[in-house]
Amino acid sequence: MDIQRKVKFEEELDKNFLDEIKDMSGCEEIDKCIQCGACSSSCPMAVYMDHPPRKIISFIKNGFKEEALKSFTIWLCASCYTCQVRCPAKIKITDVMYALKRKAIEEKVYPNRLQPPVLAQEMCKLIAKNGRNSELWLVVNMYIKLKNPLGMLKMAPLGINLMKTGRMSLKKEKIKNRKQLRTLLNEVKENAK
Amino acid sequence: MNEYIYYPGCSLKGGSKHYEESLLPVLKKIGMEIEEMNDWNCCGATAYFAVDDTIAAALCGRNLSIAEKAGCHVMAPCAGCFLTMKKSNTFLTEGSNKAQKVLTDLKTTGCEYKGTVKVRHPLEIFIQEIGLDTIKEKVENKLTGLKVACYYGCQLVRPYTDFDDPDYPETMDNLMEAMGAEAVDYSAKTLCCGGSLTGTIENIGKGLNYVLLKEAKKKGADVIVTLCPLCQFNLEIMAAKVSKEYKEDYKIPVLYFTQLMGLALGIPKEDLGFKRSIISLKNMWQKINNGGAK
Ligand code: SF4
Ligand code: SF4
Repeated sequence: MDIQRKVKFEEELDKNFLDEIKDMSGCEEIDKCIQCGACSSSCPMAVYMDHPPRKIISFIKNGFKEEALKSFTIWLCASCYTCQVRCPAKIKITDVMYALKRKAIEEKVYPNRLQPPVLAQEMCKLIAKNGRNSELWLVVNMYIKLKNPLGMLKMAPLGINLMKTGRMSLKKEKIKNRKQLRTLLNEVKENAK
Repeated sequence: MNEYIYYPGCSLKGGSKHYEESLLPVLKKIGMEIEEMNDWNCCGATAYFAVDDTIAAALCGRNLSIAEKAGCHVMAPCAGCFLTMKKSNTFLTEGSNKAQKVLTDLKTTGCEYKGTVKVRHPLEIFIQEIGLDTIKEKVENKLTGLKVACYYGCQLVRPYTDFDDPDYPETMDNLMEAMGAEAVDYSAKTLCCGGSLTGTIENIGKGLNYVLLKEAKKKGADVIVTLCPLCQFNLEIMAAKVSKEYKEDYKIPVLYFTQLMGLALGIPKEDLGFKRSIISLKNMWQKINNGGAK
């Protein structure tokens, strides 16, 4: 059996990571974390996560960039804000999770074939193009991107139930002034650089 | 009373038509004139915060600007839209450099936003502006004996806690009691339904919704009432899957609070979107027709 070192040496850590994250919206106060664990104990997703929220905050504070960005945890955060209202240090943990999601997408390091990052990006594409979301098309686009026709097929019974009750349509929802929206989003993207 | 404009969001025009179908007649019945926001766009939901948070703010900024030009505040019945717009509104009006840039871009594209708009959920407006007593006076058919579990989920009560308690809110319970129903002590009322994760990672969705359904059943609820399209959808869709997995019947009707309000206010049940329920409402109707007796 190949035994590997489990502990990182200091020089392997990313010393800029904390500052990088602190620059992002909602993450300014992150070094006030006292590692109490209130976030982990209140998180409904913690039992599914590879690292609980407290550890993610610790990763950021100590430069474990790879561990934080490649974790499943950030994609299992459902934005329920339970941790955030309980944190005694008033850290906006949900916003920190969002920031890590954005970084992971930007650096393309999220776990391969995991649905949540694909869903988020496909939804944004639909909204930027049409100004509105269309539930059916979002699901279709996600499964195409995931190259998972079987996953799509499994949704068919649900689709039929929704069709029967008039809760799903094939129509693509669009706003009228798409031109204005496109100009706005382009401007924002340009100027945010 | 403030002037409001109605922001439906994508869900109320799609999978949650019955929320709109029940909300609009209820508003009319309690004397609230309201118009739909002209050419509104999607709020960006949780997705845009995970991809590009300045765009997320700009999307909401465009909607807020439309409301401001109409001289109105925003009524957002979807708890997801409510939170997204409230969060972006806070960001845009707090004066950071990042926000300034977005406000300038909004202005140059014809969507100037000065920051005067409030974003509110209909439950807040009912309780704080119209008042429980006024609504109670309009009740025609008391929902006597109907046991309801009021499920608030996350985004109406967190992270903004200025309207109700983040763990054990009671406003919807009070509203349902005013309609004559009995609100059970539903201790799972603010646990998470999984949001969009329930649609992508079914295992997690099943686990979370099991807790919600089991607690409602344990407390003897005839129906679960919700105020968020994603909560309603997740609970209703997961009920069959949870029942199968845990070998017990958890197919409790999951409705919008406005549907039950409408019934109590004397709006014909055909006009409240009940036909869109996937779970059978038979037992619930029996209970309502018999004034609570089974
Ligand atoms: S609850 Fe706050 S202070 Fe406590 S470990 Fe979590 S982030 Fe740190
Ligand atoms: S917001 Fe995310 S990290 Fe915090 S408790 Fe909810 S799921 Fe867990």
